[in-house]
Amino acid sequence: MSQLAISVSHLTKKYGDRKALSNANFEVPLGTVCGFVGPNGSGKTTTIRMLLGLISPTDGTGTVLGESIAHPEKYLPRVGAMIEGPAFYPALSGAENLRVLASLGGISQDRVEPLLERVGLADRGGSKYKTYSLGMKQRLGIAAALLPNPELLILDEPTNGLDPSGIHEVRELMRDLASQGTTVFVSSHLLGELEMIAEYLVMLREGEVIYTGTTAHLLVSQQPLLVVKPEFEVDLARVISIAESQGHKSRILDGEAHITSDADWAAQLNRLAFEAGITLASLTPVRPSLEETFFTLTEKAGE
Amino acid sequence: MLRSFFAESRKLRRPTLALSTLLTVAAFSILFTSIVYLRLKSGEPNTKMGERISSVALSQYIGLVYSFKLVSFFIEITALCIFASQTAQEYTFGTLRNLLVRQPARIKILAGKFLAMSLFAAIMVAFTAVVTIATSYALAGKGGVKTSEWTSSAGLHLLAQSYGNILLSTIGLGTIGMILGLLFRSPITAISIGVLWSLILENILVAAINSSAKWLPAQNIGNIGEGGTPSLSYSHSLLISLLYLGVGLAIVGWLFQRRDVAN
Repeated sequence: MSQLAISVSHLTKKYGDRKALSNANFEVPLGTVCGFVGPNGSGKTTTIRMLLGLISPTDGTGTVLGESIAHPEKYLPRVGAMIEGPAFYPALSGAENLRVLASLGGISQDRVEPLLERVGLADRGGSKYKTYSLGMKQRLGIAAALLPNPELLILDEPTNGLDPSGIHEVRELMRDLASQGTTVFVSSHLLGELEMIAEYLVMLREGEVIYTGTTAHLLVSQQPLLVVKPEFEVDLARVISIAESQGHKSRILDGEAHITSDADWAAQLNRLAFEAGITLASLTPVRPSLEETFFTLTEKAGE
Repeated sequence: MLRSFFAESRKLRRPTLALSTLLTVAAFSILFTSIVYLRLKSGEPNTKMGERISSVALSQYIGLVYSFKLVSFFIEITALCIFASQTAQEYTFGTLRNLLVRQPARIKILAGKFLAMSLFAAIMVAFTAVVTIATSYALAGKGGVKTSEWTSSAGLHLLAQSYGNILLSTIGLGTIGMILGLLFRSPITAISIGVLWSLILENILVAAINSSAKWLPAQNIGNIGEGGTPSLSYSHSLLISLLYLGVGLAIVGWLFQRRDVAN
């Protein structure tokens, strides 16, 4: 049996002249939590729709759970998905909406109540969907995705509209599922969240894959930073100028100078700033977060 | 396909749809039947197109189903609206993607949906028959109509035949609604075009060119419910309706199978 949950090769989707996804190649190992990241319009949802047989590729091939994406009926019974936010019948209750999908998928109706409980909707399962808050709708979408007890769970922005405790619960749910062997393929703009749970990453920009591999490898491969805050904000530009004169790439972000450099150079920077009459309020060596790496990579690819 | 049938049935039996449809059908059935029977002695027109039916005619075995057949056009239009909205709303709510993830065989989804809606139509037609006949019995005395012939074998045979024909025409016009729903992917557009075409445009065409009735879809489907008329035979209407519905279903079935689901 294939050790890959998802594998795509030269996958392309064109709408007229516009390429929504261009020649994408990536693999997602079984049993991992894989983050699927990219700016809006980068082709994430298009890719997910192709994996689910909702739209047909213009070119390229792919497999999901070892089966070709040309035959979604062979693998979809083992896949749960929430695509581009939850979508249900407003006049039906949350429970009834799940029962419709359970009937359609040949899934036992007995799964509905435990799933509502699992996503924290046990007491509102009988209420009409149209009365739900955005967070409750999102939870129902996750419950629907879990209906078939999936081997592969595909979630598109699952934390949209959730409060911090809801986001925490979804993170724990994904961890829990992964620990039981479920592969989770999750797209999200909350990169801090993904950094905590995703062992694997696929990064898109303007329809092209710009990174695929482990999260750890991506972060380690990034140059460390010195985050510098001078006593007076007017000195920020001078700090940048000092760093660049020494060959270090720098930029101002949120009132701080972000200088690409090893921690070893911090003492020298401190000395140079002092000699230039600048007092540093803080000087912190940091490893770039996934968010910073994401910006660096997506900006670099766009240059 | 059976799974899709059961899933669709769950949606159709929700009280806001099932109850409100049956209550509306009952209200119209009682209204039309009352007009026929309560105006019998007034000498005024008491049936469609400003015509009159007498108590003598209603005392024949046809009296049993007269109101039922009179109301049939309303049930057919109701079916058109329900079939169109139940189909097109999958696009507007975005629920089609959920359905296709759980049942990737698209034609099975359509077939199950069609079966469930046809069952809903069968219940709606049967309910209309019950309400119109009950109201007819209740009001027959007031209009001086004798009901002894109604339960004759000819009367009961006509009831069974009318039920079958009205059900066929109801499902036929409902299928037109389903075709429009799949084509336009918007309940409002599908219903507007379906109702406008069936109730207004075809009638204008027939008024202008009388012979056009032989070739128009809603005229022929409606004629099946009537059981055929001297000017338009039952078999001709059945053939023309099947042709329209067959071609329409083939086109939208092909589109549904191939179209990307991007909403």
